[in-house]
Amino acid sequence: MAGTAISGRLTGRLVWQRATLLAVTEETAGARSLAFEVPGWPGHLGGQHVDLRLTADDGYTAQRSYSMSAPAGGDLVTITVQRVDDGEVSPYLVDQLRIGDAVELRGPVGGWFVWRPTDPAPVLLVGGGSGVVPLMAMIRARRAAGSRVPFRLIYSVRTPADVLFARELRQPPIADGGLDTAWVYTREAPAGAAGLPHRITLSDLTAHGWPADLEPMCFVCGPTGFVEAVATALVDLGHPADRVKTERFGPSGS
Amino acid sequence: MTLSPGFRGRHRSQAAGLPPGQYLTTDFPVLSAGPTPRISRERWEFTIRTEHQVEHRWSWSQLQQLPVQTPTVDLHCVTKWSKLATSWRGVSLDDLFAGVDTAAEFAMVHSFGGYTTNLPVADLLDGKAWIVHTYEGADLHPEHGGPARLLVPHLYLWKSAKWVRGIELMVQNRPGFWEGVGYHDYGDPWREQRYQGD
Amino acid sequence: MALDGNTLAGPLSELFAVDVTAAVSRCAGCGQQDAVADLLVYGPDPGWVARCPGCDSVVLRIVRGPSAVWLDLHGSAALRIPL
Ligand SMILES: Cc1cc2nc3c(=O)[nH]c(=O)nc-3n(C[C@H](O)[C@H](O)[C@H](O)COP(=O)(O)OP(=O)(O)OC[C@H]3O[C@@H](n4cnc5c(N)ncnc54)[C@H](O)[C@@H]3O)c2cc1C
Ligand SMILES: [Zn+2]
Repeated sequence: MAGTAISGRLTGRLVWQRATLLAVTEETAGARSLAFEVPGWPGHLGGQHVDLRLTADDGYTAQRSYSMSAPAGGDLVTITVQRVDDGEVSPYLVDQLRIGDAVELRGPVGGWFVWRPTDPAPVLLVGGGSGVVPLMAMIRARRAAGSRVPFRLIYSVRTPADVLFARELRQPPIADGGLDTAWVYTREAPAGAAGLPHRITLSDLTAHGWPADLEPMCFVCGPTGFVEAVATALVDLGHPADRVKTERFGPSGS
Repeated sequence: MTLSPGFRGRHRSQAAGLPPGQYLTTDFPVLSAGPTPRISRERWEFTIRTEHQVEHRWSWSQLQQLPVQTPTVDLHCVTKWSKLATSWRGVSLDDLFAGVDTAAEFAMVHSFGGYTTNLPVADLLDGKAWIVHTYEGADLHPEHGGPARLLVPHLYLWKSAKWVRGIELMVQNRPGFWEGVGYHDYGDPWREQRYQGD
Repeated sequence: MALDGNTLAGPLSELFAVDVTAAVSRCAGCGQQDAVADLLVYGPDPGWVARCPGCDSVVLRIVRGPSAVWLDLHGSAALRIPL
């Protein structure tokens, strides 16, 4: 079954593999999910990523990291890419790459920022912008494993139109029972939402997170500034630093 | 090789007259190996220390009393971008070395923040190198090495240490920050000396 | 602004069969212990530089040339690699 017997990667040094685009899902006006066929894919854990390499016809190459947004389905590997307007790689992946086109992938990699379905601790996920992508992979891995571990997601996003995986998070399937999602809008809140647009605060984390005495595992992912602010706040709230796992996607805000 | 159809990448043009393997760029990319040091001019000072441990020091205002030079030079970064005709203001290393008694052949350049790079003393002299503090008419931004950086434009740009704070003269050569992990000891762009062994 | 050690998982996977980002390194500068994934990372060009979040000392450097990789670990007093 998709998402079980997930090894991440067991042994062996990695090489670049050819990956062919099989399917595309438009997520928002600025983001889409890309499902690649990668023969012999070993499976992966929620939170892992791949390095993706593009080669131009004059031999020029560019390389970036992208998190898987879902458990593997056999040889099918899905990432979700948010366009960075003046970026080199993301606009190509969001606007140009077509079904049947190929890129190169190296992965799965990253054995630290991962959630294992065998871990019974409650989970707090805090995502900023595209930082929700590896957290979504954890949510979907939980569902695939039939896990009842309580999950809470706090998702900081510019506007309602920028919400990735909106339908799945707003109307979660029954198998997602025990997952609670809270939204923080930084630029524009939906009509009728409680509160003005704001950057995530300590009170968002107390209202929608877990108390530190429950010893949750916290995963924080997004732009570097966001991750540092949230991780500091969680430690201030009493979460031990080694229960706060972080992944920085790079500069810029959401 | 797997080509990605229609992928161009960052705009780059192959201009005539560039060193081998270089592309032309018009922006000024910032590469960093650590947090950007923020050094005030009051705290800034520059030291040349000889192989006999004799120290020569300049404060910011002492530096300003030396003759001003305004080099316009081409920059070549080992990451393959080149930027033409950049204009700078600063002080020639010849003027700083004027009162320095040394027979050392090698120099280690030290920066605020801990960066180092090595090069032959001869490449710092005879109008080939400057301590610069003004770029295109404005104070040099901290991202580009302000308040002051070394400028040695005939070598790859990693030799032009940002946030420069001193030069240590050495009888024997020693590798600096990047030279210690594979980059070339000398780094001549025209001979494409990027990595050790090139 | 920096990335973190998670981003080194790919470059290190080219060299090691185990996942080094899950290893714990002890900073030779201040003695602080961190998962490699938690180091502050600058790069990729001219090379990857991973620094201690406690004292900013360089813990690890990776330079990828066309035919060789240089790996410098001398800023790490010890590396504990879980098996
Ligand atoms: C471990 C890891 C996992 C990642 N997973 C994902 C993912 O699942 N989905 C995803 O969309 N991205 C992800 N990223 C970010 C991704 O790797 C690229 O950095 C991003 O797509 C921008 O690349 P680019 O070539 O388009 O932009 P670049 O050409 O690299 O940058 C262009 C401009 O955008 C700024 N910029 C760079 N990175 C970002 C950023 N992340 N957000 C906003 N501005 C930026 C730069 O400062 C620059 O001015 C991940 C990064 C890491 C390190
Ligand atoms: Zn340290």
